[in-house]
Amino acid sequence: MNIESVVTHKQPAMTVQPKKLKGRAFLTPYLFILPWILGFLAFTLGPMIFSLVMSFFDWPVVGEVTFVGLDNYVNMFTDDPLFWQSLWVTIKFALLFVPLNLFIALFLAMMLNQKVKGSGFFRTVFYLPSVISGVALAMIWAWVYDGEYGIFNYLLSLVGITGPDWLNDTSWALVAMVIASLWGQGSMVLIFLAGLKSIPESLYEAASIDGAGAVQKFFRITLPMVSPTILFNLIMTIISAFQQLSLALLLTGGGPLQSTYFYAMYAYDNAFKYFKMGYASANSWFMFVIILVLTFLVFKTSGKWVYYEGDNRRGGEEA
Amino acid sequence: MIRKTIAYASLILFSFLFLAPFYWMISTALKSDDEILQYPPKWIPDVLHWENFGNAWMSQPFNLYLENSLTVTILTTIGQLISSSLVAYGFARFTFKGRDFLFMVVLATMMIPWEVTMIPLYMEFNYLGWINTLKPLIVPSFFGSAFYIFLMRQFILTIPRELDEAARIDGAGSFQIYARIIMPLMMPALILVSVFNILGTWNDYLGPLIFLNDQSQYTLTLGLAQFKGMYEVEATGLMAVTFLISIPPLLLFFLAQRYIVDNSAGVAIK
Repeated sequence: MNIESVVTHKQPAMTVQPKKLKGRAFLTPYLFILPWILGFLAFTLGPMIFSLVMSFFDWPVVGEVTFVGLDNYVNMFTDDPLFWQSLWVTIKFALLFVPLNLFIALFLAMMLNQKVKGSGFFRTVFYLPSVISGVALAMIWAWVYDGEYGIFNYLLSLVGITGPDWLNDTSWALVAMVIASLWGQGSMVLIFLAGLKSIPESLYEAASIDGAGAVQKFFRITLPMVSPTILFNLIMTIISAFQQLSLALLLTGGGPLQSTYFYAMYAYDNAFKYFKMGYASANSWFMFVIILVLTFLVFKTSGKWVYYEGDNRRGGEEA
Repeated sequence: MIRKTIAYASLILFSFLFLAPFYWMISTALKSDDEILQYPPKWIPDVLHWENFGNAWMSQPFNLYLENSLTVTILTTIGQLISSSLVAYGFARFTFKGRDFLFMVVLATMMIPWEVTMIPLYMEFNYLGWINTLKPLIVPSFFGSAFYIFLMRQFILTIPRELDEAARIDGAGSFQIYARIIMPLMMPALILVSVFNILGTWNDYLGPLIFLNDQSQYTLTLGLAQFKGMYEVEATGLMAVTFLISIPPLLLFFLAQRYIVDNSAGVAIK
């Protein structure tokens, strides 16, 4: 995740610097990256600026466009219970989903790292659900959760639990969505596994000689060594939680009683159901700022808990 | 010993949890309409109703949706392979003013949530008269995509520069070096990008949802979502179609497993 080192990566074989580039030669590199520059202007930067501008207007799809200043933003906070509801749903989802996802993925990766036989099989199995479309995932889970004929409650009944009508129960629908999302995130196991595999065996051997137990090894070696991977996954899952839309659209339609009305769905509805383009743009920008702030905070605090090998600022021991 | 036992026990338990929904989908797809209503549920249908697949598929214009999905998937893959590799080559092999800054921008665009550009893009494509055509789904792929550019650039950096220089001495220009030397050597990266792009495009739901509203333009994911909304639809048919449209991604995954698994982990670590 060290972006700077990725960007300024220098080629060792760059000793033969070409002479000052002139004329056509000067243009050559720009010609190669031209497609991206054009695409960036047309499909990213342009739309972003446009969207920011729109957020200060009352902008219906058909009809008069009027400048309203900060009204869209003010209304969002002061005059729109759905805004708070959807924000709360999203935060609740993230609070459940992010730690569970990290925990399960790390746990399974550690199990796979025990030199088990058939690890290729297990890896494939965990990755499989993330290969199919979100629509297929939603179709499968809608049927698995079915109140009358669902296999989920049947399996629960085998261990003596009477399951709720998952997708139609205001207190359980969001949990159902967390579970379905976890199913689709097995690929994270492999990212953790790669992180675990990069830990030198010698560290564990040395710890054993010093009399460290399994628990100590986990907290003193494994956890610090995979902390960069945790950081990466943490950021990715937070971002994905805030962009959760298709599952809500397809599984519950945001219901029952808006208990799964995700923020992305709220912005989507404002734009494409109520055609309040300006207001929806303000919604989107607010979310963008939240994501930026969260990412920034995670990075900012990461110095305290993320251990980078070869980083002299901290000793390995206390990390 | 105990540790291994725990490892196997939990891996097997989780494998069951991960596979069960797939199994349930396939088993449902093969049941009769009465059988799905039985309680306790049947794991194995008495008679395998293979005709469910054909019946469900033909009950809607899924062949048309398939054609649309294929069109988008094939064209975007071609687009990405050409455009992203050109851009990646530009970033990997030249020193030019603003390069590092621009590359930072490329990486930063991966962080932008799609909601932010969704509305203006809709209006932009609407202005161009592209709404309800496949163009909004296809055209942007010819301008490169940040993640693929990043992947390919990392790969080009591992190709020895001596090869470029040798070709240059033989009189090859930059474009020739790109086309004759870099591209052939970049096969693994090209395959990986193709796989990611095929999976992503085939599975995409939000793009089609926003840009298409006429049924004749629907892609498979959109068609399936609409299929669910129809109320005379039985779970058997729904699961049958869900299974059918999941076959290509699953197959592709099995074929390219080594590429995907190694690289998705590798990318994240960098």
